[in-house]
Amino acid sequence: MALSREQIAQRIAKELRDGYYVNLGIGIPTLVANYIPKGMEVMFQSENGILGMGEFPTEETIDPDLINAGKQTVTVIKGAAFFSSADSFAMIRGGHVDLTVLGAFEVDSTGALASWMIPGKLVKGMGGAMDLVAGAENIIVAMSHASKTGESKILKKCSLPLTGVNCVKLVVTDLAVLRLENGKFHLLERAPGVTVEEIQKLTEAELVIPANVPEMTF
Amino acid sequence: MSGFNKVVKTYDEALAGLKDNMFLMVGGFGLCGIPENLIQKVHDLGVKGLTIASNNAGVDGFGLGILLEKKQVKKMYSSYVGENALFEKQVLSGELELELTPQGTLAEKIRAAGAGIPGFFTATGFGTQIAEGKDVKMFNGRPYILEPAFPKADFALVKAWKADKYGNLIFRKTAANFNPMIATAGKITVAEVEEIVEPGELDPNFIHVPGIYVNRLIVGKFEKRIEQRTIKK
Repeated sequence: MALSREQIAQRIAKELRDGYYVNLGIGIPTLVANYIPKGMEVMFQSENGILGMGEFPTEETIDPDLINAGKQTVTVIKGAAFFSSADSFAMIRGGHVDLTVLGAFEVDSTGALASWMIPGKLVKGMGGAMDLVAGAENIIVAMSHASKTGESKILKKCSLPLTGVNCVKLVVTDLAVLRLENGKFHLLERAPGVTVEEIQKLTEAELVIPANVPEMTF
Repeated sequence: MSGFNKVVKTYDEALAGLKDNMFLMVGGFGLCGIPENLIQKVHDLGVKGLTIASNNAGVDGFGLGILLEKKQVKKMYSSYVGENALFEKQVLSGELELELTPQGTLAEKIRAAGAGIPGFFTATGFGTQIAEGKDVKMFNGRPYILEPAFPKADFALVKAWKADKYGNLIFRKTAANFNPMIATAGKITVAEVEEIVEPGELDPNFIHVPGIYVNRLIVGKFEKRIEQRTIKK
């Protein structure tokens, strides 16, 4: 069975480490916040100017002056900090954020990622995605492995306009966990009940398959 | 006005000198921290042909969206314009020029404008269509693209929480966003705030933008419309 959005987030949460500052993109990445391992402290950065983002507010605590990068109302944890957009992107560009999790339409074996524009459809903008992929040492891409019609999104070369180059390292899809190393995707784990052959079939890029590919556990 | 007192009484005074074809920077992220009354006044004055740098373009009927309705805007520099149907329509029809700019690069182009830095190198956007036609230089084995700063804005419009009469500004929570940099980058910077106090009442340790950057100051009433009202389940 392919993973649900929640399960992709749950798998990515296993990559969190105690003391990490983490930026989560919109969509599946946002769900990662629900699966922080017990006993671990991580702090969420929101690029509109929060370090220490908390959960959504109640009707009583809602505040129009406090939103996240997806423009949703949020709260902050004790010990949070607010800052300007310039300071926020200094953090991001300067490599101070330990982990960035973001979605993508396509990734490729050169390390490029496409996430912001589909030609022919209206361009809404890249927001902070280009800054995030250029600035982060440690990026996890959360995405679906293939389109609904079975076309691979794990490619030799991205077909869509790029968000960044040389930035992809770890990819968690609904079918597999892949690590990009020396221009090749290595199959590290597969979704429960999904075979290596199925993953191979839906992967256009060259895939290195070790003798044993463990199933993900939750 | 006299001495360092920046307070003006009316929005006409706040935007005196605003003309067609000017370059404006406008603070805010989504609808959070936008100078909503100054935008309304720009709308009412009816100036046209504006170029505006602002992270977003408001929504239909609120924020910068109301300037689009009157076709007052010629060109926008923004990082994301998703929430505005009219904006999409005007871009697609060619009435409105849009230069999508990565959010961090947008912030830095504004900051640099205020700080007297004509341009800067950044890795953001290298290898993408953003980099087309831009100079590339290697630093420590990594390619960076040259991004020019914006020119100073003819009018920089910001929203702050509190100010003293000298124009020292304090922002509240994420309503700061682009406002602090934009405040530094105007030939004329106009700040609208929720409260103005006497000099000495704000702790100098906690000023976000010093008054030297601010030319005009006005108290406004704010609707603070919420774009994505999200409540804990």
